[in-house]
Amino acid sequence: MTYVGSRHTRVEDEALLRGEGRFIDDIHLPGMLECAFVRSTVAHARLRAVDMEAARHAPGVIAVLGLNELLPHLASERLPLGFALETIEGEVTPFVLAKEEVCFVGEAIAVVVAENRYLAEDAAALVNIDMDILPAVSDAANALVDAPLVHTEKESNRLKEIKQCYGDTDEAFKRAAHVCSLSLRQERGAAHPIEGRGIVAHYDSPGDQLNVWSSTQMPHEVRALLAKTLGIDEERIRVVVPDVGGGFGAKFLMYPEEAVLACATRLLDRPLKWIEDRREHFLSAIQARTQFWNVEMAIDKNGKILGVRGHVTHDQGAYTPQGFNLPYNASVAMPGPYVVPAYDLTVDVVETNRPPTIPVRGAGYPEATFAMERLLDVAARDSGLDRAEIRRLNLISVEQMPYEKPLKTRSGSTVKYDSGDYQTCQTMALEMIGYHQFRHRQQTAKEQGQYLGIGIANGIKGTGRGPFESAVVRVGRSGDVTVYTGATAMGQGLKTVFTQIAADALGSRPSSIRIVAGDTGTISLGQGGFASRQTVTAGSAVHLAAVNIRKKALHVASHLLEVPEEDLSITDGRIYITDSPSDSVTLAELAEALAGAPGYALPADVEPGLEAQIHFSPPDLVYSNTTHAVEVEVSPNTGVTTIHRYVVANDCGRMINPTLVEGQIHGGVVHGIGNALFEQMIFDENAQPLTTNFGDYLLPTITEVPYIEITHMESPSPLNPLGVKGVGESGVVPAAAVIVSAIEDALSPWGIRINEYPVTPMLVVDLITSAEKARESIG
Amino acid sequence: MKPPPFDYYDPSSLEEGLQLISTLDEAKLLAGGQSLMPMLNMRYLAPQSIVDLNRIEELRFCRSENSSVVIGAMTTQRDLAASPLIREQLPLLVEALSHVGHLQTRTRGTLGGSICHLDPAAELPVAALALEATLQVRSAKEAREIAMGDFPTFYMTPDIMPAEILTEITFPVRAAGTGYAFEEFARRHGDFAIISVAVSLSLEAGQVTYARVAVGGAGSVPQRAKLLEDALVGERPEDSVLDEAVRLSTDIEYIADVHATEEYRRHLFFVLARRALTRAARQAASES
Amino acid sequence: MDKRRRRQIQVTVNGQSVRREVDVRLTVADFIRHELFLTGTHLGCEHGVCGACTILVDDRAVRGCLMLAVQTDGAEIRTVESLAQGDTAHPLQEAFQDHHGLQCGYCTAGILMTLVDFLANNPTPEESELKNALSGNLCRCTGYQNIFSAAKDGAERLRIEEHSDDDIRR
Ligand code: FES
Ligand code: FES
Repeated sequence: MTYVGSRHTRVEDEALLRGEGRFIDDIHLPGMLECAFVRSTVAHARLRAVDMEAARHAPGVIAVLGLNELLPHLASERLPLGFALETIEGEVTPFVLAKEEVCFVGEAIAVVVAENRYLAEDAAALVNIDMDILPAVSDAANALVDAPLVHTEKESNRLKEIKQCYGDTDEAFKRAAHVCSLSLRQERGAAHPIEGRGIVAHYDSPGDQLNVWSSTQMPHEVRALLAKTLGIDEERIRVVVPDVGGGFGAKFLMYPEEAVLACATRLLDRPLKWIEDRREHFLSAIQARTQFWNVEMAIDKNGKILGVRGHVTHDQGAYTPQGFNLPYNASVAMPGPYVVPAYDLTVDVVETNRPPTIPVRGAGYPEATFAMERLLDVAARDSGLDRAEIRRLNLISVEQMPYEKPLKTRSGSTVKYDSGDYQTCQTMALEMIGYHQFRHRQQTAKEQGQYLGIGIANGIKGTGRGPFESAVVRVGRSGDVTVYTGATAMGQGLKTVFTQIAADALGSRPSSIRIVAGDTGTISLGQGGFASRQTVTAGSAVHLAAVNIRKKALHVASHLLEVPEEDLSITDGRIYITDSPSDSVTLAELAEALAGAPGYALPADVEPGLEAQIHFSPPDLVYSNTTHAVEVEVSPNTGVTTIHRYVVANDCGRMINPTLVEGQIHGGVVHGIGNALFEQMIFDENAQPLTTNFGDYLLPTITEVPYIEITHMESPSPLNPLGVKGVGESGVVPAAAVIVSAIEDALSPWGIRINEYPVTPMLVVDLITSAEKARESIG
Repeated sequence: MKPPPFDYYDPSSLEEGLQLISTLDEAKLLAGGQSLMPMLNMRYLAPQSIVDLNRIEELRFCRSENSSVVIGAMTTQRDLAASPLIREQLPLLVEALSHVGHLQTRTRGTLGGSICHLDPAAELPVAALALEATLQVRSAKEAREIAMGDFPTFYMTPDIMPAEILTEITFPVRAAGTGYAFEEFARRHGDFAIISVAVSLSLEAGQVTYARVAVGGAGSVPQRAKLLEDALVGERPEDSVLDEAVRLSTDIEYIADVHATEEYRRHLFFVLARRALTRAARQAASES
Repeated sequence: MDKRRRRQIQVTVNGQSVRREVDVRLTVADFIRHELFLTGTHLGCEHGVCGACTILVDDRAVRGCLMLAVQTDGAEIRTVESLAQGDTAHPLQEAFQDHHGLQCGYCTAGILMTLVDFLANNPTPEESELKNALSGNLCRCTGYQNIFSAAKDGAERLRIEEHSDDDIRR
């Protein structure tokens, strides 16, 4: 039986369905105290005094700590830069707790430790903060000219300039038959896993060991960063990730709260817990997507792209916890699946007094895709080509694969698309949605007073980011197989996927396989969950480690059964002589034999133990691609967009489990629908957030989302042994672009252009009203 | 997000409740809690005392009385929607209820709680306004009646004293020939309205004899569209008349917030009022 | 004990009678999670929107973050932990497993408990009714598609089970 490729039911589900999962807030340690943070209520201020006396005397309070109290136990007052390979000038990372200046609403100033959360919150309200309010920068678009400073000690709000440039863009624009240009505004949303962040920290003082449970996407990196922050060796820290209720990027960094709890548990010698509540997620978890794109595209008379150039302003927020991967990704992702002979893009990364940004699901690709796809729609219009046709013309063809772009990934390697047939993928989506019959449907509907529109967009996603991921596969004396990995489960079904991979590679039953992920105590190295990477990297590591065990098992079995290896088969943990199946030895017996007995030699002259460790280093990113096509109806009366059909043609290489692939696409698409139609963090001009609850910030619900129709292509990646590519983010990449394109099409009777999202009903009505006014004034 | 400390009382009879609140200052009444509890969790409020009305069974009922339906203030939205009496006699209320929150919040949320909380975007106060409900308000000393139209004083502030409890709500039932419609625009199913419109409209011999139009979500309180009502009475509900009547509705107050501008609210009111009127008129015609 | 601040309550939780003294401001969600250690019920927003905290009180679905523990005095509470009977999963649990109706599983208990209530009163819902019933439960992982398939199929399985129960009784 092969498990890879099958719709195997998830191994995670039973416990979760029974309410037997163990999430961070389900952990209760004896003597544990709970924490609440005192946070800045203004976006920018100089702290004069923080009076904690009243809070310290409040009932049930054990301690109230600010940066000063923690400093003796800290190696640095700021968090170290995450994934610190790039060099950034100046101090850009957040403070462990605010020092003299607070720079966004929600920045942590002090922590209250009390007997329970109720009491901690009571006391937090008693902390008195005396401050001088400073002018704040709210809108990144205005951060560089005549703006106040985000941090008073700096000279400018410009943090960095990122430049991408190849080919001769000047020449391209000179030769162009059409030049189309756009100014696009994309707005911030937040990740909003339904489980917020959370930490339990326990310092075992007799053992001098710091145990941390964190709802994080990256336990090994948290361990390393904690070690640096506290100035202790990382082997004295164990970070364990319990069940995680979704991450989507918000748990892909170490936050001040982790450092504070780790420090405070050592200081107080008590186990501590902090659970982020929803308001804190709105205020202090990372956000993403505010970017302003001013871009233009040159096309020749046949609709071929000659060049793209432009400028992006990226809102970095108040701090930079882990480098510029988000704006960088956006800058290299823009040419996407198309042949773009010349490219010149500059990104200004600017600071604002808003929460920091790092990648949220999609990581810059949705933003870049929105820009590219919007430009292509304009180009289609200007050149009189159909929107699908201009895309087909410019898509990289299957003959050109693997396709190199003269761009560098963040790690410095050349951007190279490994495999895929983008044109066929697009054709599949068009056929599925009945693209070529649409104009007829649209006309008929219009006669009934209904405004239908169709949209199409392509997207790619660089997935499986290195440098490596780890797996240890071990067969115990019971014959059960345990897989340890540095990959981190956060709901995707990682354990199911690894079980399927290991079962095939090893010849074991899935029921005898257990996956242990996200525990630094069980595996020394790991990177964690981001960039749709884990099936590619950890999946390959699991596969290769299991294959090694299989080889060793066959080798030893051949010795014990006295037949050549070629004559052996392995199924369900039993190795037998193919022609004489009753002559067999089980993995349990082999594990027993290889564990060794005092004074006896190991069989077959092999190393002891039936285990293997692999760090799989992917040679490069592998690129998934997808085409989305949607049909919408827009009500000109209310402005409401209803998605009638949502079609996805997706290629993530070989699929380990199509059901899980589809689940990832569903989730990604709906996240994109949220961005396109509903979700927006709104700030006032003082950078005060106005949407800080789920009544004001609108996540899509079951009544708002369409049925998503999916068709698959499988172009195996040549870059890993399984031929897989990531799929966690593909769903979100072209979603906003495709929906906006369809809305624009539905509103074509008014000639309306949409250059932003979310496209709220109010925006639609505004646009129609202005268009009608303009028409009247002309008429 | 945990509620602040408070003193808790849960009287089991109305009398006990009234006595109690006459002695407490700064007590907050807890009905279904679907608005108060989030405000406590977010610590927008920190009342000295909470008086929980949920054990007062005598405030949970629906009964028919003369030509009215009388509903106890603590009757849950869920029980209301399921009540055969309400379904039969107050179809407008039932339609409004289909927009109120979600299954889980309707289990706890009450009619009286919603009316007293007086969120301008909530549906039930708007329906009560269009239906010309009368509210019975009691204190330990006296009982009084107040028309729903007089109840809102300003934003989320009803005309009720700290020592008073809303006990029951009386809905007059209109004779045959009346049509009803409740229209709402919200971003997602179950959200508070950006605009809601409730219409009760009677026809005699094809002419509008009575019209009540209430709007929610528009301004700081639920409002009656009086100019619109006036423009309808005596007219035949033809498209042109309805169009014109809606256009004349210039007496509505609109506010702006993160969800919508004043202009968009006005626009939506016109769209929804028009829809609701057509539907109510059609229904009235078929009833008469 | 100041009765205004702490109360003795008696509740039946998943069939077991429980007596506890609680702070009056303790929400029922925190009560079952942190005092009774029934951690299958989750908190996603604590302001009554996400539905993760949905439990049954006297057989009706409520938001556990919007109700005080003291308000459940004398009531019967059911949580997700009550659904499976020993090794036998509840039909809804089976349907969610079969349709990949959960990913991280954080929202799932709330969805299951909402459905238990809804389907008990509406065993043959229209698709739109089923969607409306679930509109008060947020999920960030699944995009809802498989939740919906699972709920539909779960309703069907419950009807079949109901029938076979009838058969046995006859
Ligand atoms: S936690 Fe109760 S509704 Fe979200
Ligand atoms: S499965 Fe993760 S929130 Fe629903």
